[in-house]
Amino acid sequence: MATASIALRDSAEPLALAAQGGWRSIKNRMMSGLLFVSFLVVMVPLLFVLMAVVSRGAKVMGWSFLTKDIAPIERRPGGGVGPAIVGTLVVTGLATLLATPLGIMGAVFLNEYSAKGVFGRIVRFMANVMTGVPSVVMGLFIYVIFTLTFKQRGVGGSLALACLMLPIIIRTTEEMLKLVPNYLREASLALGTSKARTIVTVVLPAALPGIISGALLAVARAAGETAPLLFTIGAAKSLQINPFADEAMTALPLQIYSNASSSFPAAQARGWGAALTLLLLSFLFTLIARLVSARFATKR
Amino acid sequence: MKFDVPARPSSNPMASEGSSVFALEDVAVFYHDFKAVRDVNLTIAKNEITAFIGPSGCGKTTVLRSLNRMNDLIPGARVEGIISYRGIDLYAEEVSATQVRHHIGMVFQKPNPFPKSIYDNVAFGPRVHGVKKKSELDAIVEKSLRGAALWDEVKDRLSTSALGMSGGQQQRLCIARTIAVEPDVVLMDEPCSALDPIATARVEDLMQEMKSQFTIVIVTHNMQQAARVSDRTAFFTAEVNPHGDRRTGVLVEYAPTQTIFSNPGDPRTENYVTGRVG
Repeated sequence: MATASIALRDSAEPLALAAQGGWRSIKNRMMSGLLFVSFLVVMVPLLFVLMAVVSRGAKVMGWSFLTKDIAPIERRPGGGVGPAIVGTLVVTGLATLLATPLGIMGAVFLNEYSAKGVFGRIVRFMANVMTGVPSVVMGLFIYVIFTLTFKQRGVGGSLALACLMLPIIIRTTEEMLKLVPNYLREASLALGTSKARTIVTVVLPAALPGIISGALLAVARAAGETAPLLFTIGAAKSLQINPFADEAMTALPLQIYSNASSSFPAAQARGWGAALTLLLLSFLFTLIARLVSARFATKR
Repeated sequence: MKFDVPARPSSNPMASEGSSVFALEDVAVFYHDFKAVRDVNLTIAKNEITAFIGPSGCGKTTVLRSLNRMNDLIPGARVEGIISYRGIDLYAEEVSATQVRHHIGMVFQKPNPFPKSIYDNVAFGPRVHGVKKKSELDAIVEKSLRGAALWDEVKDRLSTSALGMSGGQQQRLCIARTIAVEPDVVLMDEPCSALDPIATARVEDLMQEMKSQFTIVIVTHNMQQAARVSDRTAFFTAEVNPHGDRRTGVLVEYAPTQTIFSNPGDPRTENYVTGRVG
């Protein structure tokens, strides 16, 4: 036996293996190379955007830019985006508080209680339709039905953003809940745990990292929206913190928009600065959310 | 090894060793229109190990899962006939499936620990049922892990993830998690089919130790296992349905394990246990 196998290894076998292996490894390298190139193609625009925003925004970036009031005279340099940062935080924060619990509860209903029910199907369909509504339409809608009547401009902005966030959160959360294996639900129920308690203590924690990613996606999208805020919160130059007041607020996207459409170089520089601020802010959100999810996520 | 379970209000101290826990009368289980198993009549005795054996598709797991209403979770599943547990009709309207499962626990085919720490896995059930004090939980966790013959292996890493354990350890953790809520009955659905022979032997030893405290019903594909561990054996088989190609399970024979394996009353049982079919 031993001599036979040694003889085999010495003769035809290795040749055949080498030939096949050679072609295979060439194909493997070609495909890996292709994948790497497509990765680069995807990364290049992102890097260019980042470089453009960072290099131009850095010229005005600084503590005073982040804290100072908005420049009263457009063509002069100076001023900052303090009120816009506050406005973005207040309006987006309120929108997140409105949309996240509602979206998660909606997804729990869809996936855990009415996966195949008629009402569930209607809700899922509506959520999908809502994803396709242009943000400017959402802004107008909230302006007409809420802001005109209740005169709370910040809340109006938050509602418009929440309407945009809601379908994203419902969809991503539902996908994450679908990924939670059924045997975990069964394990919990078999211990005499109620369905509601099983969802809260087993299903949601298991899906938490994904749910947070989805919520972040929605927050990032909302924080960058200009159109729904134009009608609702307006574009004030002074600081306005209270979203319940009938006073115009402002937000970073609005500052980017108004400064970028100006013909004065000083205003354009402030526009880039505001863009960089927005980028840094969403980076900060991501970081915080990751830390939170690492703290609460179940052990793997 | 001892773990004491407080006397249950329903358990009668005067009852003899052989008193019954479950009584099934003309039970049939359906999935929508499909009759998965029919005409099951049997009683399951207290503090005994009852094994359900039979070929695939004979309905043994279906019957097991209907004993603690786990089948309620499958859309379209329904039970006909009467399944009574200590004299209570399990499927009566006022009976809560959640309460039923508190008293009748289940260990599954695939070890399914929660993605939590070893401690939190065992403490999960007691917490659900209202135990809050740390010292009390600690005691339950230790008692349950000792009960599942796992304490010495994991006592120094209770806070590490349960998913880092071996398959056999995970299955014993699932047993510890089940006995931590102090059930009356433990149902086991092929608990060793994903385990190697050494881990299987440990679980089988464990079942013998658990017998004095719990009533155990086990579904197994492994006839040697049924012969080794069980006191009584129910043999199910699947018979061809006259109205279609899906087969309906029937209970062929239910007797002391000794009888099933050495002197079966039905030729189908004999063919199966001697390895001629199935």
